[in-house]
Amino acid sequence: MPILEVQGITKRYGGLIAVNNVSFSVEKGEIVAVIGPNGAGKSTLFKLVSSFVPPTSGKVVYNGQTITGLPPHEVARRGLVRTFQETTIFKEMTALQNVIVAHHLRCSASSLGIYFASPKARADEVSFRDRATEILDYLGLGAVKRLQARNLPHGHLRALGIAIAMAAEPKLLLLDEPFAGMNLEETDAAVEMVRGIRERGVTVVLVEHDMSAVMRISDKIIVLNFGLKIAEGAPAEIQRNDAVVEAYLGRPDDELGH
Amino acid sequence: MDQATDNRCPATAGEAGGSLFSWQALGFTGFLLLVFVGVPVTFGRLPYFITVLTNAAVLSFISLGVWITFSIGRMNLAQGAFALVGGYVTAILATRYGISFWVCLPLSGLVSAVLGALIGWPMLRLKGVYFAMTTLSLTEAIRLLALNGGDVTKGATGIVNVPPPGTIWIFGRMVVPPFSSADPMPYYFLAAGMLALGLVAVWRLSNSRLGWVFRSLRQNEDLATSIGINVAKYRVMAFSLCCFMAGTGGAFFVAFQQNIYPSTYTVADSVNFLLYCFLGGLDYLFGPIVGAFLLVISFELLHAIQDYQALIYGALMIFCMLCLPNGILSLRLRRFDGRRNPKA
Repeated sequence: MPILEVQGITKRYGGLIAVNNVSFSVEKGEIVAVIGPNGAGKSTLFKLVSSFVPPTSGKVVYNGQTITGLPPHEVARRGLVRTFQETTIFKEMTALQNVIVAHHLRCSASSLGIYFASPKARADEVSFRDRATEILDYLGLGAVKRLQARNLPHGHLRALGIAIAMAAEPKLLLLDEPFAGMNLEETDAAVEMVRGIRERGVTVVLVEHDMSAVMRISDKIIVLNFGLKIAEGAPAEIQRNDAVVEAYLGRPDDELGH
Repeated sequence: MDQATDNRCPATAGEAGGSLFSWQALGFTGFLLLVFVGVPVTFGRLPYFITVLTNAAVLSFISLGVWITFSIGRMNLAQGAFALVGGYVTAILATRYGISFWVCLPLSGLVSAVLGALIGWPMLRLKGVYFAMTTLSLTEAIRLLALNGGDVTKGATGIVNVPPPGTIWIFGRMVVPPFSSADPMPYYFLAAGMLALGLVAVWRLSNSRLGWVFRSLRQNEDLATSIGINVAKYRVMAFSLCCFMAGTGGAFFVAFQQNIYPSTYTVADSVNFLLYCFLGGLDYLFGPIVGAFLLVISFELLHAIQDYQALIYGALMIFCMLCLPNGILSLRLRRFDGRRNPKA
């Protein structure tokens, strides 16, 4: 059974069809990339899958259950966690505090227990701190964990965004442009990081512009153009696909980075 | 500096180790001594000044509620409305049904909290200036409701002659002496007690995971949602705690002044609660207290300028936002505060 099945999902904004009848599925343990030119509907698709916006029609099935219509925090509770395109973090906390707060779903104490620092709540916090430290070390942020998040350099912010998502213990992680704005070295490191996340048993779906990184990392690529899925397949197939070449790769475009 | 940062971590707050308690508890003990021993001994024979301090204490108690809504990133201009609700609950129950003030006090808070949760649920979806505007209208709406409440609220004549708080006997011993309008001292002790209790309660809230969740909402609601935080639930929780404090504060003032009118809390009062927070500093628990005491006392002392209160408050608010966005306390506390780096 695939971990994620998107079935005929459509999103209209007035007269504009941002995502038009898109279907695909993701198997457990895969890294799947969604690519497409600007305005192809990638970000909208991303929000639809994570339940941040409701679809006009169609549905999303996660682990055999329809999650369409559920509030996004409930989707996160079930293990489908997204990151954000820009450097979205809790700016006025340290990196460590960011990740400790992000352990919210693992809280076993009730609100009252938390308020009165019940033994359970204290044990929670101690374990969250250990786990947060471990995640930060793993993602290469150990040295900067006590810095204010707002003061972290760009590359670290992206990693912190992923660390926050990892704290929610995702089974399926949606990464929104994890390589955007990175130089070659940073991209290499980030590619390794995403592979490492998969090694930890997390299925990864990512939306990305950086073609070379996508070709290296993905098991499967889904190509969108004007809201329609125009191709799906392994990286090698996508590179040979005429429709894709015409819509995207065939254009002499600086954005491709070649 | 690391130590200071650590104290703000939920993990260390949960452990409640020595470092956390030593200086904060010391400061709080000093505050208690000052309020319960220092002030009565020094100003005990100056009933007027005691009255002013009582006012300031409960006004800052109510402002503490506004401070909580600030921590979730909402500018609450409805605090006057919920103080009015709490006030009327106590006034009506005490005059009509003869219910003791000591029952009315928490009950008023509870009614305000429930009302706040009901109204807050849809309203808290709004952000920034839209939320502020809606809460501002709510203050006006509740005032009009009280004005046109017919027999229940007695309209513009208000409810007068509300009985003062009665004695409390436990096992034949008088624990709380009777209150009388002639002597402000019992009211002062009650006000100081409420403030001390409110401070401890909000301090605990702010240092627990709940406080961290509230702050995460202020910093980014979408991100908070993405890690599984039920944003709507915590927003309503913060708001109804805030309304609870308004309600109990309003109940206190009814007992203190023995009357309540629709105009007891107007939009100007709601704005003032906000101003106390701004002036003291939104980042500091003591912010609203410093702000409220400073403004209330200085205006009482400077009778001559009372006519210009609105003008001066307005100017002060603009000044604060422009020059002291983190309030008066930021001037002194910046060096203790590892996490703040305003220019970065």
